[in-house]
Amino acid sequence: MTIIEETTSTTATSTTATATDTAALSPGGNPMGFGRMLRKEDVRFVRGKGNYIDDVKRPGMLHGAILRSPYAHARIVSIDTSAAEAHPKVRAVITGATLEGLKLAWMPTMSYDTQAVLATDKVRFQGQEVAFVVADDRYSAKDALELIVVDYEPLEVVMDARKALDPGAPVIRDDKEGKTDNHIFDWESGSKEATDAAFASAEVVVAQAMLYPRSHPAPMETCGMVAEMNPVSGKLTLWSNTQAPHAHRTVYALVAGLPEHKIQVICPDIGGGFGNKVPIYPGYVCSIVGSIVTGKPVKWIEDRSENLMSTGFARDYHMKGEIAATRDGKIVGLRVDVLADHGAFNATAQPTNYPAGFFHIFTGSYDYGAAHCKVTGVYSNKAPGGVAYACSFRITEAVYLVERIVDCLAAELKMDPAELRMKNLLRPEQFPYTTPTGWEYDSGDYPRALQMALDIAGYAELRKEQAEKRARGELMGIGLSFFTEGVGAGPRKHMDILGLGMADGCELRVHPTGKAQLRLSVQSQGQGHETTFAQIVAQEVGIPPEDVEVINGDTDNTPFGLGTYGSRSTPVSGAAAAVVARRVRDKARIIAAVALECSPDDLEWNRDRWSVKGDPSQGKTIQEIAMLSHSSLELPDGVEGHLDAQAVYNPPNLTYPFGAYICVVDVDAGTGQVKVRRFIAVDDCGPRINPMIVEGQVHGGLVDGIGMALMEVIAFDDAGNCLGGSFMDYLLPTTMEVPSFELGETVTPSPHHPLGCKGVGESATVGSPPAVVNAVMDAIGVRHADMPLTPAQVWRAMQGRPLRTDLAIE
Amino acid sequence: MQTPRSFEYERATSVDHAIALLERLGPEARLVAGGHSLLPMMKLRLAAPEHLIDINPLVADLSYVRVEGNEVRIGAMTRHAELLASPIIAEHFAILTDAEKVIADPIVRNRGTIGGSICQADPSEDLSAAFAALKASVLIRSGTGERLISARDLHVGPYETAVGPAEMLTEVRIAIRAGSGSAYEKVERRVGDWAVAASGAWVQMSGDTVADAGIGLTALGVAHFCSPEAEAVLIGHAPTAEVIAAAGAAAASITNPPTDQRGPSDYKRHLADILTQRAITRAVARALGRN
Repeated sequence: MTIIEETTSTTATSTTATATDTAALSPGGNPMGFGRMLRKEDVRFVRGKGNYIDDVKRPGMLHGAILRSPYAHARIVSIDTSAAEAHPKVRAVITGATLEGLKLAWMPTMSYDTQAVLATDKVRFQGQEVAFVVADDRYSAKDALELIVVDYEPLEVVMDARKALDPGAPVIRDDKEGKTDNHIFDWESGSKEATDAAFASAEVVVAQAMLYPRSHPAPMETCGMVAEMNPVSGKLTLWSNTQAPHAHRTVYALVAGLPEHKIQVICPDIGGGFGNKVPIYPGYVCSIVGSIVTGKPVKWIEDRSENLMSTGFARDYHMKGEIAATRDGKIVGLRVDVLADHGAFNATAQPTNYPAGFFHIFTGSYDYGAAHCKVTGVYSNKAPGGVAYACSFRITEAVYLVERIVDCLAAELKMDPAELRMKNLLRPEQFPYTTPTGWEYDSGDYPRALQMALDIAGYAELRKEQAEKRARGELMGIGLSFFTEGVGAGPRKHMDILGLGMADGCELRVHPTGKAQLRLSVQSQGQGHETTFAQIVAQEVGIPPEDVEVINGDTDNTPFGLGTYGSRSTPVSGAAAAVVARRVRDKARIIAAVALECSPDDLEWNRDRWSVKGDPSQGKTIQEIAMLSHSSLELPDGVEGHLDAQAVYNPPNLTYPFGAYICVVDVDAGTGQVKVRRFIAVDDCGPRINPMIVEGQVHGGLVDGIGMALMEVIAFDDAGNCLGGSFMDYLLPTTMEVPSFELGETVTPSPHHPLGCKGVGESATVGSPPAVVNAVMDAIGVRHADMPLTPAQVWRAMQGRPLRTDLAIE
Repeated sequence: MQTPRSFEYERATSVDHAIALLERLGPEARLVAGGHSLLPMMKLRLAAPEHLIDINPLVADLSYVRVEGNEVRIGAMTRHAELLASPIIAEHFAILTDAEKVIADPIVRNRGTIGGSICQADPSEDLSAAFAALKASVLIRSGTGERLISARDLHVGPYETAVGPAEMLTEVRIAIRAGSGSAYEKVERRVGDWAVAASGAWVQMSGDTVADAGIGLTALGVAHFCSPEAEAVLIGHAPTAEVIAAAGAAAASITNPPTDQRGPSDYKRHLADILTQRAITRAVARALGRN
């Protein structure tokens, strides 16, 4: 997809002098540090020389395919694999019974639940894995699937989360001993008493129920694996397009009982992740078993429908919000009751202590007296997952809730939504600010960002135009949203996944000629890590970005870390890279001092060299120092040769990027069609390492958000059929549905991140959907209708009969 | 990588060859032109023909848009993109240009063919309604000769046409009528999606009065993709706002749209009304040179 860029970049003064200054150019013509430069990885991508999982070919490689359940809920009476096994090109047919023998029929999820690898007793969602065929080629594997005869006894389904806890609802997880209902968890945050008290004395209370419907990250490349068990060495090599290679290696070791040092996970180039490639999927385990059983490498790649129907979905939050305020528009309280549909297995991948992710950041960007939320998780006969699609561990749902209900409050008070927001935004002097649910926002200047967005939009003029159009019967809407993100998990004492603390290792090695290798634990899925991290090294230690090779995606050759999701790469591994670069710089100072026969204290750092204070001609460049570090130069006691460093970065807090978004829509009053005419996005993610990459991240997120607001949904019919199982049914926006984006920027550095950077990967996905929905509601004069706002939904909302979007349209 | 079931592949070198192959290979053989309907179904294993007869080599014979006498003839292998780019079509039948702009996306339009589209007879296919509105005819060849039938009679039902198992549709013919104008109006959830609903209108004006009219309806559960009821409301009357509103209501009244994820039937019926009104309004303006 191509997005025509139209960038209005207005950089406000930063509050501290961090490294936002334009760097001098490197010999390769790149910035010697932060600044715009073309992505290093694009040299191969634009030439079609990327190497993706399906490009991996191994000698003697076989191909796997998965038989999936046509039913959402059914008892398996029998499985007959004899005809498939008789297929001349089939090497193995694996069923739940096979795996039971290996104690692998069930696996742990990242939320301490269990998930069937291949179904044994029942199938619990349409598309669930039932059998795995390994054949000489992919066609034969698929042909053989049609030869497997499964006798199913269909059961009553639970497709409507709002009925999952009804007495008498079919129990989906009867595999769990003593389980008599579909309840997973209850979770609360904030003070119920204080909130109830605030509501009891409030002048105005507005309530609104809203659904953030189930959507799917739909990465361009589907999930897949090539598993190769070497029967001689006992080494298991896994080419996998996971976002978290190290965490996956550990989980495989725990699940399969394989020795961790004999498992190597290699990530080739990855064609998008968006959280879809965080979980462990049954197909991965089947590929490993397939390789062990056949003694050959086994490749398994999902097709598009398999990806959409069975892998990690996003959202599916049924939210009842209430907001309390004074008559003149001061918000005094917010409470929300959430029903969270987690599907057939609770397989969300989020920090252990947070079963609802970071949803309790739902107070957003405003100054409250009190807030409280209660989240109830339930099972349904839908695919498992929940945390994906750039949701920032459920902050997407939280921001949607608060930004929608603030607009509902504005409508109730007959107050301009920009004025209402400005009146309630946290003020710069309140930072660091502890929210009623316990988050410590580290920094921010919210009014400045909102004012910038209003200025770029020409807000007053837009309202005037809207009034004129309304008088002519034309529908135009202006929607705002203001979001506060929380990204960069850990700290490890609060945040872990399956007991693995969320901290990241990093290693920098400078070769004798001054070229460097930086080894990361995080895994790029297209975000541009090879460029961004090279620029961090360039900024900190003066090695040109073209001279820094960034290595990720090979667990044998990179340090341990939790992976790339939740916008954590720059906040956590970016900090780790800065730390190792500074350690190298510090060591370089000692070596330079020896060479220059002076004290390290007499030296000062100047971009790429240590030089004598007051005499810049007397100095050593980092490249010269690198050679010296490997030379015969006598180093002081306790200083080892060579120039390298390693670190494990444990973040002291999340970082809190924020932004102000404004969407302008035109709605066809006759047909309900929505045209997004303008979208203004002012983002503050701290200093921007590569502004071009940041803008690309923002553009992508805005497209995602417009897609979710207007067209994307995974709905189900009452028999349990998935109604979003192909790109003919699950619509993704194209360049035709989005405008040229108008971007703005403020810079409020994070006080605790070494570079002040806050992360930006999910900001736009989090912030944009409510702006679009608010704009459409503003245009049609309706309090609320659920996403996606398809033409039919908009028209029905105008008729006062909005559709229920998670179920088949009736 | 897609994995359809295995099939045999034949490459036709002429229309006669293609028909001979159809006769010889029987009912499990399918012609493939642009392939943008058949191949996705094969990919999903919803269709599994034993033989594919590739008729792309027939482009030399069957790809054209030309004026002959008082009609325009369109070869069945004409690609959507070629119809969209045709100045002859833009001059005489703006409805087709309108429709082509909203059929799928450029990639599909570069490959998909006119004949393939209307023979697929998908109820959501746009050209079927456009040709129905234009009262076009289609030429069908067999081993023994050829026959010309109305485009409205081509469609027997959803995914069913009057083209026999060993026949091939080769041409669409549309009469050029003086003083006429046409337009197509479609609502889709997203560019490239199938129509939620669409309406096409063709009118021939005689002074201020509608002398003849054609109304085509897409994805609305209407037999033969047309609404003679709406046409009857227009013919013989000046196209006033009231008459156009009545025609829209008449079109909507005969629809039987399915409720699906594109929208509930009441919404689609509403679209039949409003899109028909809009299409007629634009068609009249074009006929009167007020475009």
